[in-house]
Amino acid sequence: MADIVTVRDLRKSYPDGFQALNSVNLSIREGEILALLGANGAGKTTLISAICGIVNATSGTITVGGHDVITGYRAARRLIGLVPQEINLEPFEKVINTVRFSRGLFGFQRNEAHIEKVLRDLSLWDKKNSRINELSGGMKRRVLIAKALSHEPRVLFLDEPSAGVDVELRKDMWRVVERLRQDGVTIILTTHYIEEAEAIADRIAVIAKGEILLVEEKAALLQRLGKKQMVIHLQTPVRDIPMELERYNLDIGPDGSLIYYYDTRGKRTGITMLLSDLAAAGLTLRDVQTRQSSLEDIFVDLVQKDA
Amino acid sequence: MNLTAIRAIYVFEMSRTFRTLVQSVVSPVLSTSLYFVVFGAAIGSRIETVEGVSYGAFIVPGLIMLSVLVQSVSNASFGIYFPKFIGTIYELLSAPASFVEITAGYVLAAATKSLMIGLVILGTAYVFVDITILHPVWMLTFLVTTCLSFSLLGFIIGIWAGNFEQLQLVPLLIVTPLVFLGGSFYSITMLPPVWQTITLFNPVVYLVSGFRWSFFGTSDVSIGYSIGAIALFTIVCLLIIGWIFKTGYRLRK
Repeated sequence: MADIVTVRDLRKSYPDGFQALNSVNLSIREGEILALLGANGAGKTTLISAICGIVNATSGTITVGGHDVITGYRAARRLIGLVPQEINLEPFEKVINTVRFSRGLFGFQRNEAHIEKVLRDLSLWDKKNSRINELSGGMKRRVLIAKALSHEPRVLFLDEPSAGVDVELRKDMWRVVERLRQDGVTIILTTHYIEEAEAIADRIAVIAKGEILLVEEKAALLQRLGKKQMVIHLQTPVRDIPMELERYNLDIGPDGSLIYYYDTRGKRTGITMLLSDLAAAGLTLRDVQTRQSSLEDIFVDLVQKDA
Repeated sequence: MNLTAIRAIYVFEMSRTFRTLVQSVVSPVLSTSLYFVVFGAAIGSRIETVEGVSYGAFIVPGLIMLSVLVQSVSNASFGIYFPKFIGTIYELLSAPASFVEITAGYVLAAATKSLMIGLVILGTAYVFVDITILHPVWMLTFLVTTCLSFSLLGFIIGIWAGNFEQLQLVPLLIVTPLVFLGGSFYSITMLPPVWQTITLFNPVVYLVSGFRWSFFGTSDVSIGYSIGAIALFTIVCLLIIGWIFKTGYRLRK
């Protein structure tokens, strides 16, 4: 697939010397869902803001749909929808008017059918004539999404969409994201909820201290960095690793079980050998569990390594 | 040109105006009526005619200018300051709209509101005094240009202002004194010679003088200077706004 957003050597430093982005390179493929993972202050919002034109980059180039975001800002920005992290809405205006406003601002002719569809998809149609300040926090977030979708973006940025959102709305939002993906919309989502990235993203980019540490297919990332654990519960809990098993990569669990670490990428996992050696050592199995490391483990690992 | 964007901003801003219609229109009409009662009826009855015009009628152009200038500055400054304050500015900055279009939307909306107020005050004036407008086309031209140019000034103030206090500061400390000292309620020929010279540095003098000329055919300074002053003022405001959007001053980090 072709790249729809490319970021080349992007830097952003502030007058006080703070380097928010440090030589960021990133290519986003058309139609994918990319999760940008990072801790608070890692540079996620700054990166998005530079792409959308809210922050002036210090150096580097950004193109969206082949248009430079500075020299070809009209063409580039017409493709972009942005759902900001903060709930920024005109409090006294009606829902439908703020959504119409967004469409017009982006240079699209009035299209009431499209506005209605967007509002219905986000369960906002019943609230269309409510003033923003009468809505709950979750509803306001939906309005922000409706505003961004009102101008039919090809690239949608969701900046921390699940911050302060209940489970129901989060699931609703994932459904909307899935529908957009089917329409071919490229979605970039920043989050520090790893489960969110794990649930909906195709690729994961990890950013820390203004640098992209890695960009990878989610599945490949999980596999590449994914270590597996096998927890072996024994009939009689042990305190020490038996001599016969010393050559295995084993730990003692808190309940006297054995924990075996292995790598799914390896040719052999060593499980068969271990089990027969267990029997030879006279240990009886009660239960066996395996666990794959989650994105969260990987993420914590990466960021710690970097720190 | 993204005309749709201009229209979207204009419609959105006008919707705010109509939402607050009572506060927007009733309060200037009320305060102007008070001026007519105090200056026109109570004090004016003891003042001879000024340049052949009864004092009550003489102050009408000045009163309209007073409201229009203050309203233009405060409408336009609030119009752009509010999105900054509540954070909706992100949408303007990320929209495929140029600074010309964004400015046009906000300034046209602010100017429309002050024009409405100016005309309502003119209507109110007819209730209190007899006035005939000698040059109606020029009167409207002056009125519209003033609304636009001071809305531009307001727009700049709204972008510059970092808090509500600064937002009120310029209208209160600069615009109102300039209007009061700009010959709204008197002819500058009534001043001592030194003050007449100093007054010529006040841009509002040219506006009020030209506007009054369109009503009564008499003016403190020549009409050409008035037109030149408005044009110059408008150009300076446009240049400043151009610079603001180019550098992102107080808008883009």
